[in-house]
Amino acid sequence: MSAAGTDDFRSSFFEECEELLEAMHDGFGLMIDGLGDKETIHVVFRAVHSIKGGAGAFGLTALVAFAHHFETALDRVRSGAVTASPDLLLLCQRCGDHLSDLVATAREGKDLDPAPAISLGDQLDAVIGPPVAAEAQTDAAADAFEPLSLDLGDFGMVPDAPAEVSGYQLKFSAEPELFSSGNEPALLIRALARFGTCSVKAHVADVPPLAQLDPSMSFITWDINLETDASEDVIRDVFDFVTDCAHLTVSALPIMAQPPLPDLAPPPSLPSPSNPVVEAPKPKVESAPQPAAPTASLQTIRVDFERVDKLINLVGELVIKEAMLTQAVGTIDLPTGHDVLQEIEGLKQLAGEIQEGVMAIRAQPVKPLFQRMARTIRDAGTMTGKRVKLVMKGEAAEVDKTVLERLVDPLNHMVRNAVDHGLETTEDRLAAGKPAEGTVTLSAAHRSGRVVIEISDDGGGINREKVREIAIERGLVTPDTPLTPSEIDALLFMPGFSLKDEVSELSGRGVGLDVVRNEISSLGGRLAISSEMGQGTVFSISLPLTLAVLEGMIVVVAGQTMVIPITAIQETLHPDSAHIHTIGSGSRVLSIRNTLVPVADLGAMFGFRKEPSDLEDHVLLVVETEAERRCALIVDALHDQRQVVIKSLETNYAQISGIAAATILGDGRIALIVDPEGIAAGVAPVPANADPITHTADEGELHVAN
Amino acid sequence: MSQTELEVEKSTQEVVAFCVAEQDFCFDIMSVREIRGWTETTTLPHAQSYVKGVINLRGSVVPVVDLSDRLGFGPSEPSARHVIIITVVEGQTIGLLADVVSDILAVSDDAMHAVPEMVSDQVKAFISGVVLVEDRMIRRLDLGRVVPTAGREAA
Repeated sequence: MSAAGTDDFRSSFFEECEELLEAMHDGFGLMIDGLGDKETIHVVFRAVHSIKGGAGAFGLTALVAFAHHFETALDRVRSGAVTASPDLLLLCQRCGDHLSDLVATAREGKDLDPAPAISLGDQLDAVIGPPVAAEAQTDAAADAFEPLSLDLGDFGMVPDAPAEVSGYQLKFSAEPELFSSGNEPALLIRALARFGTCSVKAHVADVPPLAQLDPSMSFITWDINLETDASEDVIRDVFDFVTDCAHLTVSALPIMAQPPLPDLAPPPSLPSPSNPVVEAPKPKVESAPQPAAPTASLQTIRVDFERVDKLINLVGELVIKEAMLTQAVGTIDLPTGHDVLQEIEGLKQLAGEIQEGVMAIRAQPVKPLFQRMARTIRDAGTMTGKRVKLVMKGEAAEVDKTVLERLVDPLNHMVRNAVDHGLETTEDRLAAGKPAEGTVTLSAAHRSGRVVIEISDDGGGINREKVREIAIERGLVTPDTPLTPSEIDALLFMPGFSLKDEVSELSGRGVGLDVVRNEISSLGGRLAISSEMGQGTVFSISLPLTLAVLEGMIVVVAGQTMVIPITAIQETLHPDSAHIHTIGSGSRVLSIRNTLVPVADLGAMFGFRKEPSDLEDHVLLVVETEAERRCALIVDALHDQRQVVIKSLETNYAQISGIAAATILGDGRIALIVDPEGIAAGVAPVPANADPITHTADEGELHVAN
Repeated sequence: MSQTELEVEKSTQEVVAFCVAEQDFCFDIMSVREIRGWTETTTLPHAQSYVKGVINLRGSVVPVVDLSDRLGFGPSEPSARHVIIITVVEGQTIGLLADVVSDILAVSDDAMHAVPEMVSDQVKAFISGVVLVEDRMIRRLDLGRVVPTAGREAA
């Protein structure tokens, strides 16, 4: 077996671990909510068990040791020897967290501090009693999912096992790696035949037509009936080298059982690999660890992420080529309804559909992200001594994988904030007539082409008086600035605002909500906050579904074609000199519906030209940023609105302030995409509630601290 | 005899030679991805003057450095005769604007020389040596010093 092959197995083991850990956390969640049924504990147990089995195969001893301990405890819960009290479940969750940590560190090839494992192990022992070695092993031997790597010694403890059987039914199918790792099913089956009479049936229904056949893939499933008196261990040994790349179930045939199946179509009595315990006749049934089995109903493939990205890039090219073709044909001046125009229209639709389809490959449900937050909430609850419950809604909503990855830190931060600052102490909650346990709700939902993620708590809400005081103290606003409640809330997002007199282990590390907001806006998202005194606070994040395309307005500035994200544009207007006021030395503001908005020339900001004094031939675009800062940008002309493919500038150059990215236009030239956030940062702000009458040119300076 | 030939082979390097402001320059051909004709660039805001802008290279956004400006000969007026040499420097793809590509030469180590003292400091900062080929002196560019610094400094 090549080294590369081992690496493949290793990485697929860790991918499986992710799924198993997810199933485990799900199970604990259900049990804590009292929604679990009998099967739940089995699912959890099997998940931990499979992790242990796989870890054993890779020699991850620390992981095996802890998983074994944990599994033993779970087994006692499963068998009913110990009741699943809420305290025990919480402990189990913490053990689950630790197991996740162990898997994560093992994946990176590092070691974890053993202290927490020992402490958790001791706590488990305290609740369930120390493991009785023999009992644990017997139980393990009876388990339906005992992995091969660990059960070799166990089986011998059941003395009468071999005597009961006359042979075995095997079901065997292979992953593609089986071939690439140099193994051959025919040789395995021949090796089996040495133990007795062997009959084999190959299921070829899944084999594609020859033209589509990938010879490196295995499509065949084999049913093997073996009459033998050899022990199951010996039979399994044959498959020792392929356990990682094949699915194998071995079920013993009792003596006097029906002869080898005459018709090899799967009879009803054939144990199904997914739940062999239920359907098997009386003898013990074992199966190799096969976490992939439950996916039978929903077929999935694992694809290298790079391949998807490459496809997305190519589709982006296709869309651009299509735009170029449309533009080129447009110059020929064909009559309306001409065949060529119709065909191009068809091509355009097709390209759009392909693009949508490819984007969907990158979409992933938010559930794993939310589950990570469950962990954060538990830790934060422990540290602050608050009892917190997490409620998840709409976790099946899908978002671009990259977006999800980049949401981890901001979400972590907000969730910690919700527990630390949002929720009151238990005493305060009881005094306010609320349940002692606080609730943090994470929800996701699709709304008009974007996904909205909300983090809400049922705490005391934002103490606006205090926020205001702190903002004044930090010099962010002057004491006499009139502020509406939502403006006060917005102060939380200002750089330098941090509730430093509440520095705790959790929050107040000098990383404020402004960092969170910047991260969200770099994803093309918006962050909003709403709060009701005594009722709680809601942070809502609105995100684009993908980072690969963007809906943009094509504009021309100083001869350069540029793109402004539609999401930022509030309105476009032709400047009317009556509504433009000059303040101080040449800076201008636009008065629009009783508010003042600073005016800036996009061309001048980018150093393309001097700011035009006469705006007669120009257009104003009012843009609003995440921080609800608005400014009016001067551009020369507006073109159409269209979807553009986002291209990185940083790959070969660098980040440019005021520019978010680049795109390629129909004529093959590059256009820069304006970053409204960066632009607004460079424009002197005007308070949103400023009264235009009191701030005319004569009054000069606006009293805004920034 | 064959031994000697082998040694000569080993120490021979291929360079691509080109003209900037009527002077000869070259660098290792291994850094060159392709050579293209001049295409209009999209101007980048806040860029150094020698960064002409960016072009679309089969879907990638590639900045173009005006070598004439970069080496202190003043900005060039690009025409259809100018070429953009696409290079990869430290993982970044960069276009270098030159007047014309003249040659691809095999240069042996013997022909490589240190930078002579009399070369002006401006150019000296960008070259790592000179190559003598027949009666020509070709300046060997240090690509790492030519590329725009904006990204690296910010990072």
